[in-house]
Amino acid sequence: MLGKTAGGLYWMFRYLERSENTARLVEAGQRIALTRSSADDEWVSVLQTASVLWGYQQKYDEVTKENAIDWMLRDRDNASSVLSVVESARNNARLVRTALTREVWESVNDCWMALKAALARRVSERDLPHVLTLIRQKAAFVRGALTGTMLRNDIYNFCRIGTFIERADNTARILDVKYWVLLPSAQAVGSSLDNVQWETILRSVSAEGGFRMTYGQSARPREIAQFLILDKRMPRSLAFCAEKISDNLAYIAEDYGERLGVHDLARQLAQGTLDITIDEIIENGLHEYIQEFLTATAAIGAQTEIDYRFYE
Amino acid sequence: MMQAQLYDEMWGQGQVQALGDSPAQVQYAGLRDPYAAFDEWLRSEDPARLRRKQREAEEVFRLTGITFNVYGRAEAAERLIPFDIIPRIIAAREWQRLARGIEQRVRAINAFLHDIYHRQEIIRAGRLPAEMVARNAAFLPQMIGVAPPGGIYTHIVGVDLVRTGEDEFFVLEDNARTPSGVSYMLENRETMLQMFPELFSKNRVKPVSNYPRLLHRSLSASAPPATTGTPVVAILTPGIYNSAYYEHSFLADQMGVELVEGHDLRVVDGRVAMRTTQGYQPIDVLYRRVDDEYIDPLNFNPDSALGVPGIMDVYRAGGITLANAPGTGIADDKAIYSYMPDIVEFYTGERAILQNVPTWRCNEADALAYVLDHLSELVVKEVHGSGGYGMLIGPTSSKKELAEFRAKLKARPGNYIAQPTLSLSTVPIFSRAGLAPRHVDLRPFVLASPEGVTITPGGLTRVALKKGSLVVNSSQGGGTKDTWVLED
Repeated sequence: MLGKTAGGLYWMFRYLERSENTARLVEAGQRIALTRSSADDEWVSVLQTASVLWGYQQKYDEVTKENAIDWMLRDRDNASSVLSVVESARNNARLVRTALTREVWESVNDCWMALKAALARRVSERDLPHVLTLIRQKAAFVRGALTGTMLRNDIYNFCRIGTFIERADNTARILDVKYWVLLPSAQAVGSSLDNVQWETILRSVSAEGGFRMTYGQSARPREIAQFLILDKRMPRSLAFCAEKISDNLAYIAEDYGERLGVHDLARQLAQGTLDITIDEIIENGLHEYIQEFLTATAAIGAQTEIDYRFYE
Repeated sequence: MMQAQLYDEMWGQGQVQALGDSPAQVQYAGLRDPYAAFDEWLRSEDPARLRRKQREAEEVFRLTGITFNVYGRAEAAERLIPFDIIPRIIAAREWQRLARGIEQRVRAINAFLHDIYHRQEIIRAGRLPAEMVARNAAFLPQMIGVAPPGGIYTHIVGVDLVRTGEDEFFVLEDNARTPSGVSYMLENRETMLQMFPELFSKNRVKPVSNYPRLLHRSLSASAPPATTGTPVVAILTPGIYNSAYYEHSFLADQMGVELVEGHDLRVVDGRVAMRTTQGYQPIDVLYRRVDDEYIDPLNFNPDSALGVPGIMDVYRAGGITLANAPGTGIADDKAIYSYMPDIVEFYTGERAILQNVPTWRCNEADALAYVLDHLSELVVKEVHGSGGYGMLIGPTSSKKELAEFRAKLKARPGNYIAQPTLSLSTVPIFSRAGLAPRHVDLRPFVLASPEGVTITPGGLTRVALKKGSLVVNSSQGGGTKDTWVLED
């Protein structure tokens, strides 16, 4: 496989994952806005979580819900807006068209056409739920085509590595911005404000149902942290993503008969979620743990590009 | 403009009938045989269903991403080529004669190219003026003495044909550089099979779907001496913003080969190699869809980022096959075109089976005088032009346009050739108002390798969708049709 193709697949799936995660963040933000009287502060943290706050501030003086949503969903000046990333995903898909099945290509092309139409103008509050659902459905559609029609070879593995690096990064950033509400001191307060915050975190990763199934009705910060960081059954947890990244890289190493630097990095990342308890993480510093995780994930991404010759 | 002679491939010869004060009507001779079964089907169809199918076809094309990019337009970058659901049907007997003529022509073109870059016997024999080659920008001195594997220069050829009557076919031009459009031929058929399966049980149509396999075989058979083992084939594309990118990726996908860009390639140990996830891997045959000028910044345009530095040196040393070979443009140049009947005769010893359109070479004083006198009846083309740009269609041009072109002709006569305005055949399209005749041409796709010449039955039919228009180019509002060659 061409190095360029591996890179195109990797980025195509990072972008698709990002479109879905952004839709989730907007949804969680909107939910808070509807259940609280003054919620514009919340949009600052949503923008921060999506790593698009700096760009937003270059364009707007103050943070409002309408502008924040527009910036995250459809502003072309924002390279991470849903419209931008879906276009990037589709351009990458064109680049690697020969590596994709017809089903996968058509699903990405359809995703791009549908979202380009849905995001052609500002999304009204009334249409927002529908548009957010559409974004998630279209991403799920591509993932379905991928798992249903693609050979399990290096092509598939590069797609998966992109997906899980992006997802790990996303979950870690949600925790990075909100870690303070998960600390024991916050639990002591136990206010309704905390409850809302906890719920937002779970919603941001579509985990309300899974969490309830596991821990019952009452959200407890320690359990939420355990669930999102260490629970390997939870497909957006750090431990789950780290293991997938490591596995998918290991499949390529096996296939090519060559272990490279990136494999050690990935192994270390996965290991860091294995032999540790949530209490140890909190004791050593939740914030520091997440920061290290983010740095390690970025390093794996960069080393994958080098080891598999994405660029000249 | 009123034309006395019309020829519709479905309805036969047509005569214009003036009926008192009402608009002139065309009286056709009657349904032609190849269309009999199709006509019967068409009569039994509900026009509303067909209209729905026409829209469905467009949806299929859009979803599949069968688009072309229009240069110089930032936003509306990707466009669909309109597809018309009425097929163009060619009888087996008609096709046999065309195929023989095309094969003869392609063999002659390859022989001509070999000769031009070696001993130039045709010039020594006085059949082609030396300056036609020496002063021709399409002649590449870098190719002198180079012997491509099997003597094949142009592996993939598109011979553009037009029809003017029951037995009258003309070659409009030979595309010996990088002819495009074959993906439309294949996708048009796929679309028709999907939408109207019943038509293909009523008509026995020769299949076209094995083209990618034949292309792969033909390219592999042209592998260079340096090849070890099964030849590695790749397609070189200028990238996703090129107008024909869809076709490049389609063919790579169908052949199961890599689609590479210049920055994926470099010269490693005397071979051209592609950067894979496991290091550099040599390529044996490169089907390049990048023009000569851009293929090697060391040997041609130094500013090109699309090519591979040093690829020409590897090529000359037998380390890679380039398909088509650089310098094939000398064979499809519009000035050389007028010598094609001589060229065919010189290399095959036979008379050309397919006719050339009579051509005036404006660099000759007599011809120029004639062309200037009859400008309003002629089609004038730039010698190096393509895509229907920079041409004049006399009968449909205004006085002002004629005057402007006259000035251009006088200033640079050698830049132009002129031909009579042919009354191109029509095939009906499915328009809102029902069937309506529109002018068409035909580009059959030909593969040449040391193993022989293969022609896919049919080809790409391009149709001018505007009433009366003779310009079929997709960049100027033309559409396409599925092209059927019937089994005997």
